[in-house]
Amino acid sequence: MTIIDKTADVPAPREAGSDGVPLLEVRDLHVEFHTREGTARAVNGVNYSVSAGETLAVLGESGSGKSVTAQAIMGILDMPPATIPRGEILFHGEDMLKMSGEERRKIRGSRIAMIFQDALSSLNPVLSVGYQLGEMFRVHRALSRKEAKAKAIELMDRVKIPAAAARVGDYPHQFSGGMRQRIMIAMALALEPDLIIADEPTTALDVTVQAQVMELLADLQREFNMGLILITHDLGVVADVADKIAVMYAGRIVETAPVHELYKRPAHPYTRGLLDSIPRLDQKGQELYAIKGLPPNLTSTPPGCAFNPRCPKAQDICRTDIPQLFPVTERDGGELAGRGSACHFWKETIHG
Amino acid sequence: MAELKKTDEPVDATPNVSEVDVVDAHSEEEAVAAIEAPVERGEPILQVRNLVKHFPLTTGILFKRQVGAVKAVDGISFDLYQGETLGIVGESGCGKSTVAKLLMNLERATAGEVFYKGQDITKLSGRALKAVRRNIQMVFQDPYTSLNPRMTVGDIIGEPFEIHPEVAPKGSRRQKVQELLDVVGLNPEYINRYPHQFSGGQRQRIGIARGLALNPEIIICDEPVSALDVSVQAQVINLMEKLQDEFNLSYIFIAHDLSIVRHISDRVGVMYLGKMAEIGTDTQIYDHPTHPYTQALLSAVPVPDPDAREGRERVILTGDVPSPANPPSGCRFRTRCQKAQDKCAEEVPLLAVPEVFKGLDSPVAHESACHFAEEKDVVHAV
Repeated sequence: MTIIDKTADVPAPREAGSDGVPLLEVRDLHVEFHTREGTARAVNGVNYSVSAGETLAVLGESGSGKSVTAQAIMGILDMPPATIPRGEILFHGEDMLKMSGEERRKIRGSRIAMIFQDALSSLNPVLSVGYQLGEMFRVHRALSRKEAKAKAIELMDRVKIPAAAARVGDYPHQFSGGMRQRIMIAMALALEPDLIIADEPTTALDVTVQAQVMELLADLQREFNMGLILITHDLGVVADVADKIAVMYAGRIVETAPVHELYKRPAHPYTRGLLDSIPRLDQKGQELYAIKGLPPNLTSTPPGCAFNPRCPKAQDICRTDIPQLFPVTERDGGELAGRGSACHFWKETIHG
Repeated sequence: MAELKKTDEPVDATPNVSEVDVVDAHSEEEAVAAIEAPVERGEPILQVRNLVKHFPLTTGILFKRQVGAVKAVDGISFDLYQGETLGIVGESGCGKSTVAKLLMNLERATAGEVFYKGQDITKLSGRALKAVRRNIQMVFQDPYTSLNPRMTVGDIIGEPFEIHPEVAPKGSRRQKVQELLDVVGLNPEYINRYPHQFSGGQRQRIGIARGLALNPEIIICDEPVSALDVSVQAQVINLMEKLQDEFNLSYIFIAHDLSIVRHISDRVGVMYLGKMAEIGTDTQIYDHPTHPYTQALLSAVPVPDPDAREGRERVILTGDVPSPANPPSGCRFRTRCQKAQDKCAEEVPLLAVPEVFKGLDSPVAHESACHFAEEKDVVHAV
């Protein structure tokens, strides 16, 4: 029995003299893939930031560029075929894209860590989990095998794997799906990073296990005051844990908002469509709202707003002009902190 | 087997299971005739009684010795009525998909019966079984692996006609396939394309068209939308509801997404480790759950409303589902249940309306396999 309440204790920023510099800031990031079929623009000018202790949820369908952005932050994109023609990724104010490979390697794993979706294929099947957990300490902290093993047991205890000392020598296939995801979390936490990127951490899990894993992640985040970027397509999970949300569509951020605001008053037709397509109790027996059409092919995104062929509100301007991320305000012009919408008609969408 | 019979006593006539009207067919012709007879709307079309499937566990290579059994499905009973949708939910490994295969007779049941219009399909063979299979079709979970990549869409949807040529004579097949494509909302000109040329949602439509080809009466959908994107899920669900009205289909809808199951189902069954934990109408299950497992499952589902997260009380289960090869004695849920007492380890709770609620004229009075059933609204909790 746990009452999940994350908003009550907003943690203080981790760095004492952080003078308002966010932990991570992505500015105008572009990622392209050069393929035989043409250039796929997977990420087209993404901006977002995360502070210590904050949870940013990146919401989007497959092919929206949410995972590619995360891989660019981690520096694990395959280049080529991928290129980053423009953009900055500032970590503690320093642009990681300008760093040398050696500098980035020091950050990766120890200061920014990632949790992958499919724990079975992300863990090495021929090495014991203890060895894989201990590797973090051996490589980054130069600990001996024995010390690393002791640390691995400690970590497994921390993520509540029963009988950790006995299971440290077990192989990934000997664990259940939920336990494997815990090991992934333990691995990400090993060196107490400042930022964790979780790419669909619970998509492959059952709801009961999903609840366990999300709760564990939230507890650990609070304990270490980490920043968390949660990449998902599940509107329910987002509502449960996020502080702010960035909605992505065809490589762009189409809406940003604090979590409560977004669910109450979406300012982009795509977000509204997603929220409307959730089955609700009072709509039983009626047709579900469905966004018509399909997500666009990234090698040939439609001109203008990428969402225009599927949008019920599309006008001529939407087919020619790419909308900026406009700041969203109240009807009377009052400021709404952290809100933005990349829609020419955001006023009509949010204010009816 | 004898042991099984003891624990799985036949359930009394309750709203969930009705009397089976067994049709005694002495010849294949009579069996086929019974299978082809129409069923009135609201009458039971499929009646499952104490269905059991055990997969043997063996050791040794040459001289195989059975050392145990994975009890995938262990005595479940339910009815499917004509024109309704029965949702089946549960965690992975609880036997949902095995039930689907047993209903299709793709797996032979270890024990128990599945009556389709009074005919026990677990004992049918030959022409009668073929006739049954025509009327029960399946839509699979993964539209990427359930369509043969080397066949065109026309061949995939038309393949059922090869086995059942009486449905569409050779000359009219192409036209029939094009009609089906149109019905599921795909362009009939796509008939010569291959599966890789379609998106996930479109592929699932192809799978549905294949399921519809033989004008079946029952479609078993095994997680039909879980591999699809959120915005496409709603399209496929709407299509399935439209087809149900149009062709008067009965659905068995297996899924783990509880909100979609609620949207589409008339009745819902909750499975845990090969047994039915609770079954009832969607209101009975979602608003008045009485089994602790259902309550935990419902409360674990993230609610897409950030305002709900502060006040909602969540029952978070500890641990994993025990192995079906060695299920706990008594109530199978007792190892993860907060209410578990000595009685739960000794006695298997029967799926019936709990004593305390018997005779009550309220949605609480529905079948729940728990010794200590008690209502708890977890969806709208304070």
